[in-house]
Amino acid sequence: MDKLKVAIVQFPGTNCDRDTYHILNDVLKADVQVIWHEDLRMDAFDSAVIPGGFSYGDNLRAGVIAAYSPALGQLRKAGEDGKPILGICNGFQILVESGLLPGALLRNSGLRFVCRWVNVRVEAGNSLFTKFSENGTILKMPIAHNEGRYYAEDDLLASLERNGQIIFKYVDEGGQPSEPSNPNGSVSNIAGVSNHDGNIVGLMPHPERASESLLSPFRTTHGLQIFTSMLRSVEVLLKR
Amino acid sequence: MIFSLTRNELLAIENGMKREPNDVELAIFDAQWSEHCSYKSSRTLLSLLPTRGKRVILGPGYDAGILDIDNNQIITIHIESHNHPSAIDPYGGAATGVGGVLRDILGVGTRPIAILDSLRFGDIEKSSHSRWLFKNVVRGIADYGNCVGVPTIGGEVEFDESYERNCLVDVVCLGLGRRKEVVLAEASHPGDILILVGGRTGRDGIHGSSFASRDLASGSDERSAVQIPDPLTKKIILEATLKAHSNGYVRGLKDLGGGGLACALLEIADKGRSGLDVDLSRIHVREDGMSPAEILISESQERMLFVVKDEFKGEVSAIFRRYHIQYSIIGKVTGSRRLVVRVNEAKVADVPVDLAARAPLQLWPSKRPKYLDSEGSIEKPPLPRNINETVIRVISSPNLASKKWVYEQFDYDVGLHTVLKPGDSGASVLRITNDKFIAISLDGRPNHCYRNPRQGAMSTVAEAARNTIAVGAEPIALVDHLQFGNPSDPEVFWTLSESIKGIAAYCRFFDLPCVGGKVSFYNEDADTNRAIKPTPVIAVLGLLKGARQIRSRKLTRNGRMIVLVGLTENELGGSEYYRYIHEISGGIPPKLDFDRERGAQRLVGDAVRVGLLDAIDDCSSGGLIAAISKMCIAGRIGAHIELEKILSDCKRWDDLLFSESQSRFVVTLDPDNYQGLANIAKNHQIPCSVIGNVEGNKLMLTNNGDEIFSEDVYTLEKTSNDKIPSIMGH
Repeated sequence: MDKLKVAIVQFPGTNCDRDTYHILNDVLKADVQVIWHEDLRMDAFDSAVIPGGFSYGDNLRAGVIAAYSPALGQLRKAGEDGKPILGICNGFQILVESGLLPGALLRNSGLRFVCRWVNVRVEAGNSLFTKFSENGTILKMPIAHNEGRYYAEDDLLASLERNGQIIFKYVDEGGQPSEPSNPNGSVSNIAGVSNHDGNIVGLMPHPERASESLLSPFRTTHGLQIFTSMLRSVEVLLKR
Repeated sequence: MIFSLTRNELLAIENGMKREPNDVELAIFDAQWSEHCSYKSSRTLLSLLPTRGKRVILGPGYDAGILDIDNNQIITIHIESHNHPSAIDPYGGAATGVGGVLRDILGVGTRPIAILDSLRFGDIEKSSHSRWLFKNVVRGIADYGNCVGVPTIGGEVEFDESYERNCLVDVVCLGLGRRKEVVLAEASHPGDILILVGGRTGRDGIHGSSFASRDLASGSDERSAVQIPDPLTKKIILEATLKAHSNGYVRGLKDLGGGGLACALLEIADKGRSGLDVDLSRIHVREDGMSPAEILISESQERMLFVVKDEFKGEVSAIFRRYHIQYSIIGKVTGSRRLVVRVNEAKVADVPVDLAARAPLQLWPSKRPKYLDSEGSIEKPPLPRNINETVIRVISSPNLASKKWVYEQFDYDVGLHTVLKPGDSGASVLRITNDKFIAISLDGRPNHCYRNPRQGAMSTVAEAARNTIAVGAEPIALVDHLQFGNPSDPEVFWTLSESIKGIAAYCRFFDLPCVGGKVSFYNEDADTNRAIKPTPVIAVLGLLKGARQIRSRKLTRNGRMIVLVGLTENELGGSEYYRYIHEISGGIPPKLDFDRERGAQRLVGDAVRVGLLDAIDDCSSGGLIAAISKMCIAGRIGAHIELEKILSDCKRWDDLLFSESQSRFVVTLDPDNYQGLANIAKNHQIPCSVIGNVEGNKLMLTNNGDEIFSEDVYTLEKTSNDKIPSIMGH
């Protein structure tokens, strides 16, 4: 069987493209390519990751300028075709700004950039990125962002909960979404959400930084679960 | 324009050129002969520093030092400061400081992989001005480094009244590359073309290097001397430069920093033994009406100068176009040994490279400062009544408290190199491959240097070296940054001279090469002319093979034995305890005995190699108690220390706990390994004392069985973490 092709989409100012490539290519041995946003043609790929960074320098608002790139048209179409699409940090911001994911990401409540290892609980196991993690699993991953405070109005929030679109929440050591464990003031401690169909997911934490035990303060590799889930989901899709 | 050239320098220029220079030529000389670019006051002393070593590929004199770390891999390292710009515009000054040092690393064809910063401000508990500087410097570094995607992995922050009007902002950058791909700042082939790439040239940063070469008050309109940061453009230039470089198109590369285009041109011509012919009207500028001199000395950020073989012009230009970066082909390399500058083809300057690239040395008289006579012997301060309160105050003083508030604003993980994160240990550890690691520690000890600059500078290097050893690495090189007041003051010049001699002595004894550095003068309070304390800061780089060798200060489990390596002597001069609790700056600072230091370093190095040790920390600022409490907090586990077991001549508990004696480490180990450690210690003739155990949730001190201090580790951590946020307001 052909290996699964993953595109890592690079905008001016993207800076986690090499890291994400390293995990997918060197650690997971996936068939992966870094693609400049103007060159992205999703016909050639089975899935895509928008990595973290500061696309267009976070000018105007994080992710808003990249959201107007032709790459987003490609990703919208791929999303409709059911291909898995993952947005990490700035990638999440871009997906939200382009409307591919619901809600908004605001300036952190502390008004400062926050880099910290946090506990993230898997809330919904039906997304293509959490299919192989049990609900309630706690993943140790780092965050590093300035504008990561997830916001949705009450109606939207209710529908996200109803549809199982809340994928990740910040929790404390005991697994509870408490106030002190919320690093940025996100509504309901939300760290990541999906689209209605569960094939597009965005999250603020960085799974690629939590995929090698050497680099984890806890010697964990929890981030890998998200990537392997994505790769296995593509496998399932292709077999259909 | 205001020139800083002296009368003698003007004479030397006229003699060398055999005519009167015009204004454009004067501007070139003024920039290149500034202290910042020419090291005219410090060059002779700097030549005392040993620069060669078995891993050194390139020492000082270029944009960055280059070290061989085997298998065709190289590490590049450079240090820069941006003190004066940060004192005026802390956000922009600090951000462009980061930008400048990143360019230096890029300038030798390597990818920047880590930033460390060493920051010094006035007393933030008393001064709102210092709080403002501190807050905005940290934000400036964060916004720039985070955006470019280079992790800020460590450093140090110190608060002392001496920096109230002249903060210090030092940035170290490390790069990673391949040995055969090194490119230098040289234009050595006549016929090659020069391409200026990146940001437009504007009126910002005019006279930046001259501005750095005098005190803060004597210039006018200084804010225009601070450059404007643009990290997005930097990130794009970085990728484009590495792309062009990896394709083999680049024959020479130079970042535009202090002194702008003028100094970049002179340097590549001088190093390449060539001449250049450039036309300023081809440069993409930000505004109309800039004079030739302004274009030449503008320090607008995010610019690189490429030397490219004529036939690759098309390929290189195509890369820049693809990344949407502006570029201008500004001229070519000649064989003439002259820098010829034109505007619309008409010659506006014609300068002999050999003359302009070598500023005449500036010699200064030197005299031992008077203050050293008066403050040497001091009376012992009274013994504090409350031990608990005193210990907590010292270990949560702004200088010793957790710097979480600072480093959580930095993306320290991007790049997938960071193994030991900020706060984990005194040194940071970066993964190069899964069995090769780099350790780095950046330190300054101005309070020791103030009392004895030679001993203080030696101790500073020793501390940085010990920090790399404490994480399991072997020191391979250092870079220094020497920050002083006005060199024409004989007392200031003496402290510089003593500091360099101290560093050089350490380097020679330990066979540790110095591969780069900077000198920054005129760091003083413009109103009182009071210089800052002599502040050499040192970054020591270590190499570490094998992931299992990596150690940290984190205590791991109950039952581990705690051993203090080295002797604790009655050496409190210049200590954090005297400064913070008793407001004493006098006294004799700790002595560094090279033999003892080497013994302690080797002992720990050997014990790590054979796998005897668990947690390790260096024992320095704040003394033994500061080291132990940091170890407890990092591991979130308690310890019991029995004071009577510490080898020491101290009679008082405060001397014992807060002494800053050199050549000490705190280590923990499985009691079964103790005999092995004792044998190694015997070989190196270094005293070791078993001083306690890792146990419980409290840090407890007893003296002959009587409890004299006890505190929950959780409370210690919270007190330490809350200190800076409570001072800063949130």
